[in-house]
Amino acid sequence: MEFGLSEEQILLQDSVNRFLSDQVPLDRVRKFAEEKDAGDDIWQGLVELGIPGLIIPEASGGVGLGKLDAAVVSECLGYHVTPAPFIGTVIMAPVALIESGKREDLLRAIAAGESKVGVAFGESIGARADAGIEFDGSKLTGKALFVLDYLADFVLVATNDKKLLLVSSDADGLDKRELTTVERTRRTGELVFNNTPAELISEDLEVYLKVLDAGRVMLAADTLGAAQNMIDQSVAYAKVREQFNRPIGSFQAVKHMCAEMVANLEPCRALVWYAGYALDEVPEEARLTACHTKAHLSEVGKAVSKTATEVHGGMGFTDLLGLHYWFKRIGFNRQILGAPELIREEAARVQNLVT
Amino acid sequence: MDLSYGSEYETFRTEVQTFLEKHKDTPTQGALRSENVLNWQRTLIENGYAARTIPKEYGGYGAEPNILESRIIAEEFANAQMSQGQGGQGISMLVPTLLEMGTEEQKKQFIGPTIRGEMIWCQGYSEPSAGSDLASLRTSAVLDGDEWVINGQKIWTSTAHMADWIFCLVRTEPEAPKHQGISFLLFRMDSPGIDVRPLVDMTLNANFNEVFFTDVRVPKDQIVGQRGQGWLVANSILGFERGSLASPDAMLMRLNALIDLMQKETINGQSLMTYPSYRDRLMQIQARVMAMQFNDMRILSSRINKNQDTKLASMIVKLQGTELRHELEALALDVMGELGMAIGDNPYLRDKGLWQYHYMYFLGLIIGGGTNQIQKNIIGERGLGLPREPKVEINK
Ligand SMILES: Cc1cc2nc3c(=O)[nH]c(=O)nc-3n(C[C@H](O)[C@H](O)[C@H](O)COP(=O)(O)OP(=O)(O)OC[C@H]3O[C@@H](n4cnc5c(N)ncnc54)[C@H](O)[C@@H]3O)c2cc1C
Repeated sequence: MEFGLSEEQILLQDSVNRFLSDQVPLDRVRKFAEEKDAGDDIWQGLVELGIPGLIIPEASGGVGLGKLDAAVVSECLGYHVTPAPFIGTVIMAPVALIESGKREDLLRAIAAGESKVGVAFGESIGARADAGIEFDGSKLTGKALFVLDYLADFVLVATNDKKLLLVSSDADGLDKRELTTVERTRRTGELVFNNTPAELISEDLEVYLKVLDAGRVMLAADTLGAAQNMIDQSVAYAKVREQFNRPIGSFQAVKHMCAEMVANLEPCRALVWYAGYALDEVPEEARLTACHTKAHLSEVGKAVSKTATEVHGGMGFTDLLGLHYWFKRIGFNRQILGAPELIREEAARVQNLVT
Repeated sequence: MDLSYGSEYETFRTEVQTFLEKHKDTPTQGALRSENVLNWQRTLIENGYAARTIPKEYGGYGAEPNILESRIIAEEFANAQMSQGQGGQGISMLVPTLLEMGTEEQKKQFIGPTIRGEMIWCQGYSEPSAGSDLASLRTSAVLDGDEWVINGQKIWTSTAHMADWIFCLVRTEPEAPKHQGISFLLFRMDSPGIDVRPLVDMTLNANFNEVFFTDVRVPKDQIVGQRGQGWLVANSILGFERGSLASPDAMLMRLNALIDLMQKETINGQSLMTYPSYRDRLMQIQARVMAMQFNDMRILSSRINKNQDTKLASMIVKLQGTELRHELEALALDVMGELGMAIGDNPYLRDKGLWQYHYMYFLGLIIGGGTNQIQKNIIGERGLGLPREPKVEINK
């Protein structure tokens, strides 16, 4: 009995971090963002590490690890603001396919790093004006906004009434258009469905919720990593930047900003671990912890990303330093798959505090 | 991560439940050292629900540390709303310190009666001119034959008016640098020359005191650690205190009480829980309480598995825990509106006025035990390695 990461998880963390700091430094991320390349080398590196098949059973060609392991990896990706189709391809699609028992072939292709899957869930959580998706038993109609990795081979779509469907990227009647957002380490777009053929993956609300919860916990883990990086950068900067003939970290105003960031973020680590663990091992608590983890990390991430920028002074505000990549990643993680107020309302409902 | 409650834990839980069921009518509340309180404390220790990991030879139950068992005990006692026994500075601070730094004789003499609730302690650290800058304390102890002779004044000494003994920081080497001239003494509060004057705090209770020492004589061997090592000894204690000021179990109990309150109380006939903004604040607090609970499990776990590094996770507990608790109590006041202001004999008082009391009390704990600003200095300097402030010469 133990509350902490296992030796294997620490090894996994180390190897992913090593790859990302060597092969995907900020310059590489910047190239992805500015030149809109596909990031194939990054993905290939992750494939070699076995990341796509992380939670896919060995019988289907995967590594057969758990959601906590996946959260550990997600934290690394956030730490390095890595452009990679992780949330959809590695987490949400496999959970949907495993839970529904559908499309074993696709599961295998994902594990082999051959197929990528985007996610269109926004409309099932709360459709904005003009958006919304319906399924008539064989075809989809409507519009999905802010579809994560919308150019992937497949998109996992959740309809307004929370049915899960799989749409192929070359399906008839499917229009795609890039939607520019502040967060340039992820590609998001709009999908317009015009009687688009789609394969029903599940009508079971429980399956939908499992997919959603897993996605949310991974976004929270990504924020944990991104916020930790911002703290590390702030502390390092506060030790070397001098003003008034002394390191700025010796000024209490700066020191206390750093301490507050740590004090807020450190308990989040245990929360994310538990939420990841609960997805597999404590099903009766998984829903509530996933909601709270996503919402709480969004709040703490927001505060950390602001404070860390301030610690860097004018430099923090520049494109040159690139701190804004973390700031925006955290901002994106906050809004996608449900912003905090919406999720907290869900958390209250999960506990039957309101009906 | 392995938190699976195997079948042995289910058996353990059943044992705890059976114990609680059997004792559901046992009186547990009362004044310090009252028969009810002492009996209950003894029963708890005999069954391993208090002083659980204190070695048997010092009067404890002598169990190995085990996070799941501790958690089960805390959960079941919270569900049954039963007292987990005595706390206080003797149990939460002095006992761990003696275990670490005390002589065998001191352990034998003091630990047993302290954990049984028979010997009540107070902590004599702060002085009028030595608060945050504790190491500048001036109360002096001079060796005269086989006795220390103590002169000076302490302030904010919680429970001094009820205590049998005091653990006290005094200056024994006035010539040494300030951190190296302090010693840690233990002495009886009924020693001649001690004058205790209660101070009323903002809750209008006299929980703390001024304590004056005039030629108080203390046997030479009632020192923990060596002469001049008192700062070290005290610091090993402060870590324990800081954690215990913000217990996540107590926080969870209060959260559950807050949920009850919000379900029961109404505005215009509507339960408070139906108000989205109240609910949203409640959910924010719940997530933070949850995070602190898991943080605590992580720290406990690292005491068993030394490979886990939880230095920062431990350092932030006092700061985060006291602020969170204060906010939790504040939410209760806000949702109650005017009712939240009621105290004393007000006929509309809710929950015996505990919400208002805790709201203020936790502001005291934000200040006590090393203020939260000082906590931030510690996290910044010792936790993150940020540079100290340069020393400045001040012209007096
Ligand atoms: C409810 C309660 C119970 C207590 N019980 C006990 C007890 O049992 N035994 C005991 O010995 N003491 C006890 N104390 C005393 C407590 O430890 C001190 O009050 C505390 O350490 C602060 O010291 P001070 O009151 O002198 O405030 P000061 O040190 O004068 O602080 C005043 C303000 O200045 C700030 N400040 C001071 N120095 C710094 C700095 N270097 N950097 C940034 N900010 C700074 C503080 O944070 C605070 O905001 C208790 C206090 C309270 C409130």
